[in-house]
Amino acid sequence: MIPSAFKFYKPDNLQKAVALMADFGDEARVIAGGHSLIPVMKQRLTDIKHLIDLSAINELKGINIKENSISIGAMTTQVELITNEELFKVVPIIREASLQIADPQVRNLGTIGGNVANGDPANDMPGLMQLLDATYKISGIKGIREIKAREFYEGAYFTAREDDEILVSISFNTPTGGYSYEKQKRKIGDYATAAAGVILNVDNGVCSSASIALTNLSDTPVYCSDAVSMLIGKQIDDSLLSEVTKSCVEQSDPVADQRGPVEFKKYVAGIVINKALKRAFERS
Amino acid sequence: MDDVKTPTSEERKTALSGLGTSRKRVEDARFTQGKGNYVDDIKLKGMLFGDFVRSPVAHAKIKKIDTSAALALPGVHAVLTAADLEPLGLHWMPTLAGDKQMVLADGKVLFQGQEVAFVVGDDRYAVADGVALVEVEYDELPVVTDPFKAEMESAPILREDIADQKEGAHGPRRHPNHIFTWESGDKEGTNKVLDEAEVVADEMVYYHRTHPCPLETCGCVASMDKINGKLTVWGTFQAPHAVRTVASLISSIPEHNIRIISPDIGGGFGNKVGVYPGYVCAIVASIVTGVPIKWVEDRMDNLMATAFARDYWMHGKISATKDGKITGLWCHTTADHGAFDACADPTKFPAGFMNICTGSYDIPVAYLAVDGVYTNKAPGGVAYRCSFRVTEASYFIERMIEVLALKLGMDSAELRSKNFIKKEQFPYTSALGWEYDSGDYHKAWNKALEAVNYKKLREDQAKQLELFRSGKSRKLIGIGLSHFTEIVGAGPVKNCDILGLGMFDACEIRIHPTGSAIARLGTISQGQGHATTFAQILASEIGIPASDITLEEGDTDTAPYGLGTYGSRSTPVAGAATAMAGRKIRAKAQMIAAYLLEVHDDDLEWDVDRFVVKGAPEKFKTMKEIAFASYNQAIPGVEPGLEAVSYYDPPNMTYPNGAYICVMEIDVDTGVSEIKKVYALDDCGTRINPMIIEGQVHGGLTEALAISMGQEIAYDEQGNVMTGTLMDFFVPTAWETPNYETDFTETPSPHHPIGAKGVGESPNVGGVSAFSNAVHDAFKPFGLTQAHMPHDHWRVWKIAKDLGLHN
Ligand SMILES: Cc1cc2nc3c(=O)[nH]c(=O)nc-3n(C[C@H](O)[C@H](O)[C@H](O)COP(=O)(O)OP(=O)(O)OC[C@H]3O[C@@H](n4cnc5c(N)ncnc54)[C@H](O)[C@@H]3O)c2cc1C
Repeated sequence: MIPSAFKFYKPDNLQKAVALMADFGDEARVIAGGHSLIPVMKQRLTDIKHLIDLSAINELKGINIKENSISIGAMTTQVELITNEELFKVVPIIREASLQIADPQVRNLGTIGGNVANGDPANDMPGLMQLLDATYKISGIKGIREIKAREFYEGAYFTAREDDEILVSISFNTPTGGYSYEKQKRKIGDYATAAAGVILNVDNGVCSSASIALTNLSDTPVYCSDAVSMLIGKQIDDSLLSEVTKSCVEQSDPVADQRGPVEFKKYVAGIVINKALKRAFERS
Repeated sequence: MDDVKTPTSEERKTALSGLGTSRKRVEDARFTQGKGNYVDDIKLKGMLFGDFVRSPVAHAKIKKIDTSAALALPGVHAVLTAADLEPLGLHWMPTLAGDKQMVLADGKVLFQGQEVAFVVGDDRYAVADGVALVEVEYDELPVVTDPFKAEMESAPILREDIADQKEGAHGPRRHPNHIFTWESGDKEGTNKVLDEAEVVADEMVYYHRTHPCPLETCGCVASMDKINGKLTVWGTFQAPHAVRTVASLISSIPEHNIRIISPDIGGGFGNKVGVYPGYVCAIVASIVTGVPIKWVEDRMDNLMATAFARDYWMHGKISATKDGKITGLWCHTTADHGAFDACADPTKFPAGFMNICTGSYDIPVAYLAVDGVYTNKAPGGVAYRCSFRVTEASYFIERMIEVLALKLGMDSAELRSKNFIKKEQFPYTSALGWEYDSGDYHKAWNKALEAVNYKKLREDQAKQLELFRSGKSRKLIGIGLSHFTEIVGAGPVKNCDILGLGMFDACEIRIHPTGSAIARLGTISQGQGHATTFAQILASEIGIPASDITLEEGDTDTAPYGLGTYGSRSTPVAGAATAMAGRKIRAKAQMIAAYLLEVHDDDLEWDVDRFVVKGAPEKFKTMKEIAFASYNQAIPGVEPGLEAVSYYDPPNMTYPNGAYICVMEIDVDTGVSEIKKVYALDDCGTRINPMIIEGQVHGGLTEALAISMGQEIAYDEQGNVMTGTLMDFFVPTAWETPNYETDFTETPSPHHPIGAKGVGESPNVGGVSAFSNAVHDAFKPFGLTQAHMPHDHWRVWKIAKDLGLHN
């Protein structure tokens, strides 16, 4: 498993990286933790001539917790997301979800930016970003722009990011309420058979706001808008949660693979979603 | 002086770290520090690399191979195709199973991943680029991956080279895709018993295709020295001597000019017994280029092309009286061998020892037939941590017992107990012709049931079932029982050979003047810890501390001839040779001691590490003293030196056995299972090193867990491998691995010099049934009789769904 030859660059600021990307166009690719990119390069499923390493760019790193919002640099590793106590205090679901990604070796190198930019529907972070209604800050030769995570994913490995743009950071408002990220997988190091994230705010048993998102149950992460509207303003009980679960499953569109056929995945999705809803409700 | 005590026999015995002690593994110091020396660590001057262009399709004619672009690439030295190997007669090679196999695709390809061309270049990178540039035009043919469809009239003919051959290596062939029919036992007698039986259970039991997947893949470095005409090959060989002989026979290089070296091997599990195209191509390329050539597979190559395991469709019928006495067993197996019959079995056993399928039970009459079939899948059929096809046989009978128990409405623990071969029946001749050496199955079984508190387990299970039925829980508990009998230690030369080489093994010992020693064997450790355990056998035999004995294996220029390590044969065969060679040393030592002590040989007795004059304990000579004397005394009638060699032809196989119990909790909605308990009692006869036994059992159980719960080599209908990486091919990590409780009984083998039977493979053989039976047992109350492995989430979910357990 040897990739085809490439040239390697390690710019020390964002401007240089953006310029390199503009120069080489679609022959170039940035590399973050490499844990999605290197496997495809080694299998020669992609042929990259210029590889631009983002690891020396400080502007892409760090977790910035403000009064009502949080911003996370693209090059922040998954292990940092897990171990940062301040972040855990304000958005505990990030640790809960990150701990379910792959294994410690992958998480030591894998970054949040690589995870969300990759466009792999199996990745957990894109679903989580649907849930948090995050905004991606993206930089290109034409300048900086922002895209909502809920508008970013177009299909498997297709996103609203242009080939020569670099994801700089991810930001979102600090969520409140009960939360849960539930994932079924075959083993450590596996992507989800089905996974779901839920955030619920409940006043006197009535849902005041909600967010639900699914991972690896379609060719993009799924934000379950119908299910969310079913919840808001309603008294929460088991039967409502079952209805909501059903609605989410209807929005899913998984594909068969070695994890199992579609029918199985949809069934498990229902279980996982329902668990996440109940857990978030308990915690609200 | 008074307080200087002579150590007692007991103390001296302890100092030897001999048989029965949990001596720490001497290999681990280098392995745990990353100082092992594996094939890929070998770097020779001027060495080039080789790698394969592999077929992306499962069945096709090759219209054209264009190597020009690859050859034009700087750093690429040569590209070999079948056309280059043909003049040497090496484009095909014989398999261990009496078939032949393409080394490089000769006009067609028969499975995805098949070797098509061999690119040689400066380094791995140049070679990988070269491989990508070889252009092959394929003309695709219809694919057959189902062995039952392969024998249909309409099936595509896979092996056009032998399409008209009505006779194969193992008798008549009835279809171009049929390889052999192998029969054992009494067909008519069995049919009669089945026809007249009070109860018959009839079931198809599939043991799916999987793969040994050793941590280190297969590879070699071949170096042809053109000056002295000597070929040296370092490789991941589980049978280095056999490889030397085969290499000589197919290459016509005289055998004394071939040196095969197995350095450290990172796990074999049967994957490294066979001879692969990579070895042949590396050797040819070294001859052509005059420099050493390295070939090492990557993980995907290994999973896709190098020696799968299992893939047996076992149709069984078992009959019994109403009260549960088994009266007969019938089995017809359809064996999917892939594109070439490259099974690594003793020559006379095309289905290995599948006829051990009567298991631990006293079954009066039995019949087995196995049909080998070609399909568009990779060749192999190796014994993945088991003796030849023994885990298939054991799984078959342990499933049939469960199915029969269902039919009888009887507890399967009791059914087993009722039918075990009794202690006093040993040596026991089975209906399919094997002579079981020893065992005390009832003792082991009762100990196991007691240890896990079987009665209580069943009560807990019933309570959980109640909770499930009343809607309070979505989980079920399954209790998986397994009692296995293996047949290992192949084997007696009278019926066991590989390519005509008798399956004896050998040990050669030299005692040095200062009383330390070196022993060399015909086997090769791949993680089993031979350097630790064989030194222990010897320590007890010759009274030299294990730590003073060097063990060497794997170099055919220095080690005595032996058939290698697989099928749990090292301890039964080479371990016996070690003990026998040790006894020869001791016999000579006794003569030397008698001379030194001026007594008759018969006046001496052996005491741990010395010969003592009978009745005069103060008069003795230690082995250390005797060793030195052997080098400096002119003893009339006795040659100088202290050396011995033993070639051991075992009189019989050994029959390790054991009782395994697994408790599993299953979520019927998600298909997720959680192992609550695994209890494994092994009887491997005399126990050489309890710690190593425990380690072997843990490792084997973990592989068994993998196989039963998710590990498989799956193909789609076009013959694409669906499980080509470790993402989809399940290898458990510490996270998935449960706790294991190990236990033992000790029933020595009566025919083995130290009574040892071998244990490394038992846990795989016994474990698979225990895990699989637990899954079946959980769903028993809802009418499940048989569900094929692997029991991964979706297949378990499917069981629940088909039984109507989902709303
Ligand atoms: C065995 C294994 C199991 C895994 N299991 C999981 C799992 O369960 N869940 C999960 O979510 N992930 C899983 N992963 C993926 C892992 O989390 C990756 O680390 C992650 O998907 C990509 O992050 P990275 O930093 O490694 O990115 P890279 O692999 O370096 O890059 C991935 C892609 O994103 C692009 N990219 C990276 N950074 C940027 C940026 N700043 N701007 C624009 N484009 C960028 C790259 O060009 C590339 O195309 C697994 C990986 C492995 C190897």
